[in-house]
Amino acid sequence: MSPDSLRASREFAAVDRRLLAQRLRRALPADAVLVDDESVRPYECDGLATYRRVPLAVVLPQDEAQVQAVLRICAELGVPVVARGAGTGLSGGAMPHAQGVLMSLARLNRIVRVDPLARIAVVQPGVRNLSISEAAKPHGLYYAPDPSSQIACTIGGNVAENAGGVHCLKYGLTLHNVMRVRALSIDGEVLEFGSEALDSAGLDLLALVIGSEGMLAVVTEVTVRLLPLPQVARCVLASFASVVRAGEAVAGVISAGIIPAGMEMMDKAATAAVEEFVHAGYPLDAEAILLVESDGTPEVVEDEIALIRQVLQAHGAHDIRVSRDEAERLRFWAGRKAAFPAAGRLAADYYCMDGTIPRKRLGEMLESIAAMAQRYGLRCLNVFHAGDGNLHPLILFDAGQPGEQERAEEFGEAILRHSVELGGTVSGEHGVGVEKLGAMCAQFTEAELESFFRVKLAFDGQGLLNPGKAIPTLNRCAEYGKQHVRGDVTTHPGLPRF
Amino acid sequence: MAPLPETLPRRWCEQVREAAANGRALRIVGGGSKSFLGDVLQGDLLDTRGHSGVVDYDPAELVISVRAGTPLHDVTDLLDAHGQMLAFEPPAFAGATIGGMVASGLSGPRRVQAGAVRDHLLGVSLIDGQGQLLRFGGRVMKNVAGFDVSRLMAGAWGTLGLITEVSLRTLPRPPQELTLRLELDEAGAIDRFNRLAGQPLPLSATAWHAGLAHLRLSGTEASLRAARATTGGEPVGDVEASAYWQALRDQRLPFFTYGQHALWRLSVPGTTAPVELPGEMLMEWHGGLRWLRSEIPATAVRTAVADRGGHAQCWYNRAPGVAGFEPLQGPMAALHRRLRRAFDPQGVFNPGRMGGEF
Ligand SMILES: Cc1cc2nc3c(=O)[nH]c(=O)nc-3n(C[C@H](O)[C@H](O)[C@H](O)COP(=O)(O)OP(=O)(O)OC[C@H]3O[C@@H](n4cnc5c(N)ncnc54)[C@H](O)[C@@H]3O)c2cc1C
Repeated sequence: MSPDSLRASREFAAVDRRLLAQRLRRALPADAVLVDDESVRPYECDGLATYRRVPLAVVLPQDEAQVQAVLRICAELGVPVVARGAGTGLSGGAMPHAQGVLMSLARLNRIVRVDPLARIAVVQPGVRNLSISEAAKPHGLYYAPDPSSQIACTIGGNVAENAGGVHCLKYGLTLHNVMRVRALSIDGEVLEFGSEALDSAGLDLLALVIGSEGMLAVVTEVTVRLLPLPQVARCVLASFASVVRAGEAVAGVISAGIIPAGMEMMDKAATAAVEEFVHAGYPLDAEAILLVESDGTPEVVEDEIALIRQVLQAHGAHDIRVSRDEAERLRFWAGRKAAFPAAGRLAADYYCMDGTIPRKRLGEMLESIAAMAQRYGLRCLNVFHAGDGNLHPLILFDAGQPGEQERAEEFGEAILRHSVELGGTVSGEHGVGVEKLGAMCAQFTEAELESFFRVKLAFDGQGLLNPGKAIPTLNRCAEYGKQHVRGDVTTHPGLPRF
Repeated sequence: MAPLPETLPRRWCEQVREAAANGRALRIVGGGSKSFLGDVLQGDLLDTRGHSGVVDYDPAELVISVRAGTPLHDVTDLLDAHGQMLAFEPPAFAGATIGGMVASGLSGPRRVQAGAVRDHLLGVSLIDGQGQLLRFGGRVMKNVAGFDVSRLMAGAWGTLGLITEVSLRTLPRPPQELTLRLELDEAGAIDRFNRLAGQPLPLSATAWHAGLAHLRLSGTEASLRAARATTGGEPVGDVEASAYWQALRDQRLPFFTYGQHALWRLSVPGTTAPVELPGEMLMEWHGGLRWLRSEIPATAVRTAVADRGGHAQCWYNRAPGVAGFEPLQGPMAALHRRLRRAFDPQGVFNPGRMGGEF
């Protein structure tokens, strides 16, 4: 099949559900194949609940051999396969395919090996992110990427999304902390990407597979790099009279030669929302607050905190507080980490965006978002991984009100389009999934999208792994083009159109 | 008159389309500083050096965007003037360009602590085998929109496309460095390096050769002082130390340049026990990178290294018939073939650069 025809039409021949179930049951234990509507229902969406789809079947393999058996059956029958970890994804990446099998990797949840001298852990894909650090802790080590969902999300899902966390400014994303991925192709072939050595023969396919949203191969084992636990960590909480000033302070810290362990920003609305919820002790009069963390040895942290304080002061921070003990540091963070649930308390629904922009455009972006909030008549809380320019605007809405969900989606897409205009990207860490397919058309040219498809086909010639995700079809972009124009007309009604 | 750097990519697009239409190959060369690696190159020469210059650098953003033909030195000098660096410490072979640095994917002594080239590569512009100018990634740290094609270019040796521009992450230079020297045997060094790396110390490089280990610490004065108590070893003077690490990075230490025997680059898990092969060994990256100078047959080297979960590259003095790069096999070779075709259907770019059909 040519990439063109694959991109144009994504119809799969209907497969008899009973026949499929029969084949799967022969390969897997009885309790590992679910087909009736009631038992597959819990798998109909991931963390982005507005997109739902009921799969033909759900399978829960226990080991790699069972994963392989399922893949071979699906490849033979031409049935799409969607891998799923914990289903915490925020872009619909793990949303099932109506004609397909949803494969949960949750039962492959064994930590195979922790090697403290080599500072690595070998884990199965269904292992939860936090469990790795827990297993490494007795050796004075930990796994650095810490998405806020870390108590629930799996390493397989982290690999698929190239997940980040509040500490990735200093310690990197999943990509920077994974050495090896073992995966199966749709044909059930075992592929090893990377190794326990620092480089491998051939192309660096590990970099390509990480962040590939389950579209290239199904991950069955991961070797992660572990780091020494920092001896101490302290956090600075600073208030600013404007978001622009806070944004300048972020640039100031980095210009001073510091790469903090984390650097997060929240606007006034977000601060108020979490304060009411967790009582972190945040100042309510500030237009923006910054959390800046330093970790390492006591000597390093002491020097760094002094310098950070100086820089923040020079950039007009008032009310600078430094955590005095671990309890206070955790309290400072508790607010930031509760931002999503706090949004959930304020409105029936919320929508979390994930654009990334060059740091220096933060202030400008925030002003634009404020203007958009007015235009769309919706409230928006802003939390950011400010250190790396990754925005998480939380758009509040009520899907029960006619038209609100559509407005929220348009608002979100306008933010993403603006991220691209400012030299950024439509997704920093949550992935494209189904949610940002339209926005992808704004970021990439036809030829670039075409290359993504060619890559996909090099791995998965039949296009069966997670079809319809991450790369928009030609039609989709054509439609998006039309919409985009319509959007602009409402944005600047007075301007002539060309 | 030489064409303006900005206009070159458009011309290159035409050149690639013509080559593809006429079944010709192109041999992409920057400074040619790594031509000794891999197989003999075929095809019409495409020299990237006319496309040179820094496009954008804002130290507070920690990003620099550079045209592919820019001399590596120009970039490192510029960063240096702003107290920043390319943290992966790329080898600065004479004449090296930024494009070649990315395409070869080679990192230097700071590799374990700071990551590899691809870890710092944020975006690329490239011309694919159909002569289309494409952009992947960008100038931001976090970017998961679409497959990470830009990072795939690091270490692809120009076999997937012609890189025209790259954006790289920059980092502040550490305020101070301290090198310590101590006597250890090979097994002792492997053990010591890895034990130290498991502790919260600012360990930025290690090397071992002929019974002598070098450790480099990078950080604030106070942190170096505290770390020294744990590492032990005799301090080496600053001038000597920085000359040593540079020579190691650029492979100018006598070990790399003398003798007629083949020089092998062994990439193995860092804690691998000494690889008992006849010859002389130099070790970097806490044991993860081992250079072997030896006259034993290639298959003996490759088998020994593969048994330990690594791979071997023949660097200098390759005997006739010996592959430079580790040959690929089975499903991996097939996947490479398909990917290669995905980017370059007519096989225009650097055929054979990575050995054999690759
Ligand atoms: C409250 C909350 C906070 C969050 N905070 C963050 C954050 O700070 N940073 C961040 O990056 N993300 C965050 N996320 C998003 C989400 O947790 C991450 O994307 C996470 O990596 C998803 O992991 P999962 O196991 O839930 O994967 P799922 O949601 O089940 O799947 C995600 C994608 O991975 C694929 N996949 C899963 N397992 C495999 C496998 N074994 N092989 C191949 N493909 C596979 C799926 O097909 C899908 O495309 C947050 C989510 C929530 C709900």
